[in-house]
Amino acid sequence: MERSLKRYFPIFVLPTLAAFIIGFIWPFIQGIYLSFTEFRTVNNATFNGIENYIRAIKDPEFTSAFIFTAAFTVVTVVLINLLAFIVALALTQSFKGTNIFRTVFFLPNLIGGIVLGYIWQLIFNGILARFDLTLKISTTFGFWGLVILICWQQIGYMMIIYIAGLQAIPGDYTEAAHIDGANVWQRLRHVIIPNLMPSITICTFLTLTNGFKLFDQNLSLTAGEPMKSTEMLALNIYNTFYGRVGWQGVGQAKAVLFFLLVVGLGLLQLRVTRTREVQQ
Amino acid sequence: MKMNKALSILGTLTFLIISVFYVSPLFIVLLNSFKNKTNISLSPFKLPTQETYIAFENYKMAIDHYKFLDAVVWTLIITVGSVLVILLCTSMFAWFITRVKGKVTSFLYLLCVFSMVVPFQMVMFTLSKTADQLKLNTPWGLVIVYLGFGAGLAVFMFSGFVKSIPIDIEEAAMIDGSTPLKTFFAVVLPIMKPTYISVGILETMWIWNDFLLPYLTLDRNKYNTISMVIQNMQGSYGRVDMGAIMACLVMAVIPVVIFYLASQKYIIKGVAAGAVKG
Repeated sequence: MERSLKRYFPIFVLPTLAAFIIGFIWPFIQGIYLSFTEFRTVNNATFNGIENYIRAIKDPEFTSAFIFTAAFTVVTVVLINLLAFIVALALTQSFKGTNIFRTVFFLPNLIGGIVLGYIWQLIFNGILARFDLTLKISTTFGFWGLVILICWQQIGYMMIIYIAGLQAIPGDYTEAAHIDGANVWQRLRHVIIPNLMPSITICTFLTLTNGFKLFDQNLSLTAGEPMKSTEMLALNIYNTFYGRVGWQGVGQAKAVLFFLLVVGLGLLQLRVTRTREVQQ
Repeated sequence: MKMNKALSILGTLTFLIISVFYVSPLFIVLLNSFKNKTNISLSPFKLPTQETYIAFENYKMAIDHYKFLDAVVWTLIITVGSVLVILLCTSMFAWFITRVKGKVTSFLYLLCVFSMVVPFQMVMFTLSKTADQLKLNTPWGLVIVYLGFGAGLAVFMFSGFVKSIPIDIEEAAMIDGSTPLKTFFAVVLPIMKPTYISVGILETMWIWNDFLLPYLTLDRNKYNTISMVIQNMQGSYGRVDMGAIMACLVMAVIPVVIFYLASQKYIIKGVAAGAVKG
């Protein structure tokens, strides 16, 4: 079979491969190369070593974006997973309406980041207007506004994954623990959570990388205001490219650092939680 | 586990209240889309009154002045076109690289998995320049860009499925004289239907809502997507027309809600399947 299949390489592989080269491989390689050059457009790049990387690290806006992003990610990973887990646990009990409630919680996930940002801008500004304040005057408002928005968006998605995980735990396990006299807390701690580790791995991975890569919601809710203090890494990279003339090389260097950071964190997280998974 | 009756009613009631709060932002936007613009930012939580109610004026503004319906059409064309092309091309690609064992095919698989973890900002600038040079700055060209940048996840999910199905049926078909193309469409494709649905839903959710890729790639004078129009309304100089924004938000959310309610079962399955494999 393999031999006759091989001759069909152009039909099966070439279209996707060509698009993959245009849409990913070539831009990726060129991106790495340009991070070591000074350029305005792609064609007039001159090599300048690691100068872009030095300028990127020394840029106080980049550092502040990093701190904001890290704090935001820590808060949202904890909040989203905790709340999604509680909701999943509740909605796998047998009371009326659980299916409708699942539908409701998942809905915001399908709405685009830009649309979400403007929906919540209206709500937050409406509340803050009573105290003669607006969302864009304070870093604290921007931070917690973004946190609420992202929780609202992602709890439903993680809830679905936790529900799938909870339903995969054999009923005998909890039943047996129940007969052995384990209370609710003990059943949760020694039966449910260890068996749910694969779902926890996936959800922490997703919330972690989503947090670090957040762009649309950041742009539409605060756009980095006030004074770029709510600017996250992805938005900072965008603004370095398109908002500061002569900084394109630095923008590309920041993008490479950002890429390494996201990949590194993802791998680290997978290693940490994978070791805690149990075999069923 | 059975719950007692009182606890069960309490559960339903609690979640009923939470659910009402949960969807309330959407209803507040809907209410405000019928108010005149000055009253939206001043008192968004008040119901429209005789003085503030302006019927469909905001919608008229959004459609006539901000060309919202054009954006809906372009977004629809880009999303449907890209998803169909991605489904067809990547499933063929995934079947081939899984069935033909070799250094090249395993390398291609690894590249696809690798591309899944690369954030868009890494290729943002170079991808938009490449697309520009190759004249891919139209909705049709964008389909190719999406096939390239979205291939990773799709190939990964299709390959995972192909690995789980026995090769015997395909081999039997080939021995009976079926060409690889015929084997793929008559034997493999029907078996992969659940994966097509999962991948289709994940890619639709991504492309429909995507902002930055079309914003940087498309010729903005001619083509705009829904997200781009809404972002432009806020970003342009002068006073922001809150009324028209509200109308656009409502019109952006309604198709999503309809799509969701119609295919909810598949969406939730698709998400669970995609997550387990991811």
